Amino acid sequence: MSPAAVKMESQRREYGRALVELGARNRDIVVLDADLSVSTRTADFGKAYPERFFNCGVSEANMVTTAAGLAMAGKLVFASSFAVFLTGLTYNQIRQSIAYPRTNVKIVASHAGLSVGPDGATHQMLEDVGLMRGLPNMTVVVPADARETYQATHALASFKGPAYMRFGRADVPAISDEGSDFAIGRASMLRKGADVTLIGCGQLVHTCLAAARQLETEGISASVVNMSTIKPLDTGMVDRCARDTGAIVTVEEHNIINGLGDAVCSAVAAHYPVPVTKIGTMDTFGESGEAGELLVKYGLSAEQIAMKAARTVETKKRMR
Amino acid sequence: MADQSEASDFVVHVDQLLKKIKYVYLFATNQVWNPLFEPLPRNRTYEELERIAREVRKDIIRVTNAAGSGHPGGSLSSADILTALYFRLLKHDPKNPKWEGRDIFILSKGHAAPGYYSVLAEAGYFSKEELMTLRKMGSRIQGHAHTDVPGVEVSTGSLGQGLSIANGFALSYRLDGRSQRIVALLSDGENDEGQTWEAAMFASFRRLDNITIYVDRNGIQNDGFTKDILDTSPLEEKWRAFGWNVIVIDGHSMKQIVEAYEASLKVKGKPTAIIANTVKGKGVSFMENNVAFHGKAPNKEETVKALAELDAGRGSQ
Repeated sequence: MSPAAVKMESQRREYGRALVELGARNRDIVVLDADLSVSTRTADFGKAYPERFFNCGVSEANMVTTAAGLAMAGKLVFASSFAVFLTGLTYNQIRQSIAYPRTNVKIVASHAGLSVGPDGATHQMLEDVGLMRGLPNMTVVVPADARETYQATHALASFKGPAYMRFGRADVPAISDEGSDFAIGRASMLRKGADVTLIGCGQLVHTCLAAARQLETEGISASVVNMSTIKPLDTGMVDRCARDTGAIVTVEEHNIINGLGDAVCSAVAAHYPVPVTKIGTMDTFGESGEAGELLVKYGLSAEQIAMKAARTVETKKRMR
Repeated sequence: MADQSEASDFVVHVDQLLKKIKYVYLFATNQVWNPLFEPLPRNRTYEELERIAREVRKDIIRVTNAAGSGHPGGSLSSADILTALYFRLLKHDPKNPKWEGRDIFILSKGHAAPGYYSVLAEAGYFSKEELMTLRKMGSRIQGHAHTDVPGVEVSTGSLGQGLSIANGFALSYRLDGRSQRIVALLSDGENDEGQTWEAAMFASFRRLDNITIYVDRNGIQNDGFTKDILDTSPLEEKWRAFGWNVIVIDGHSMKQIVEAYEASLKVKGKPTAIIANTVKGKGVSFMENNVAFHGKAPNKEETVKALAELDAGRGSQ
């Protein structure tokens, strides 16, 4: 597949589309936003069902807690904003009013990660997965492409309890096909190899596939796993990858602290210790720039992933 | 495409029909508000309410003493409001805490849990023996209001969130055409929280006239007098400026607590804030207006003395 043939699609648009469909089916669905509804695409739901859409203005703390109240009264609530505000401004509200009482609120953030681009570090949320996966009772989903975002939105609506889903601003390459299906808590193996497993989430799953193709030319056979649920982690899949390939590389558009990499490391350490290399932002904030060039600068390109994967395979050999 | 939209219309129709059938069932089985059915007498006199509040205050003293910690000061200042709510104003049923017809009460000042639990135990939600397990490991009676306790609607403890929860309930009940009242009790210091004002602005903008809140203005927060820590005055002007109907009362007068609530039920287009002027530690002379008893339990001698005072119906007026 040549890069030119890759279909680029908006995860936000598919989230908005799924919400509108769900709204027709379930009259108990209520959607909240905090003055960013055009960007998060919840405005589509607002247009279709104005009586069940509440724009809360620039008051995220009130929004997520109001979402909790609506859910306690029996509604199924989706609350959206940018990841940096939706988890960063509201951590304690989510902790006390959503996670602790297991309120049926779906916290769905767009504009996560470096690929927010020109807005810069204040808007590039790289710690949200860590904040949310540290909360008891919280489920954390990071869909890889537009199609999976659409499927995950439907899955979250059928799932009872608190959940966090994040995706980026930019259009992302498609990795899933018509036949693939998403389930909360289930990872999917996109490519089977023997030497190393690349476990990615979000739009970087596509980059992992490109890295695996590059590794193949260097004589390294890599598995690629789409870990679209960070919590609960598909530890069965992680265990299998550790046993089958003996080396793991995790790839995420998130700080290497507290994200997918740490979740995988915990599982590997507990079940079948093998070398793991975590790829993500190296405990740093981002900066302004175009999405693509930022991903390269911060080490999240296929070339850099392939290089680190090859090194991890070397480490594995040394350890034997 | 046409098929899809017809299919979804059909789903919506079935959904609505099921809701109607459910409502009729709930009405017939007394699960939604039905004027023919009163789970609790709601016609108690002010004297009766005062007598119950005295028992509640004694339990607050006993239970914080037994726990060795907790927040007696703000529990005692809220005792009259909580008693009036649970023994006269709210529609609720201690035998069926999840009764669909109940009004919703949210203790936004979650640290007043000893007062809240004492009222709930007095109303019969759980036993006085269980009440005395407050703050003990393994007990449902958690240090701050917790939904495992029968009758507790919302877990609280981190200030500033209760009014937003009330907004959520109020929006939901309005969407569903339910007439139950949403009531929250806020603390004085809670007005320091920015979220309280986000929620206040939202409630009036959305015309949530199914909300009544009491603000327990006892003048003291954790570290001292509110006028010294972060003065929130003029409080009634602030709430009014945020679009609320404001009523200022003596928060220890059962008559005023009841009348303000009943007046709030008639207000259209605005939520109501009842600012209740209270005395921290009310009912026990040495706890009244004493910052130390915000978050400290009475010791053994203090407990004996406090119970004697409450039995004698003393405490400064």
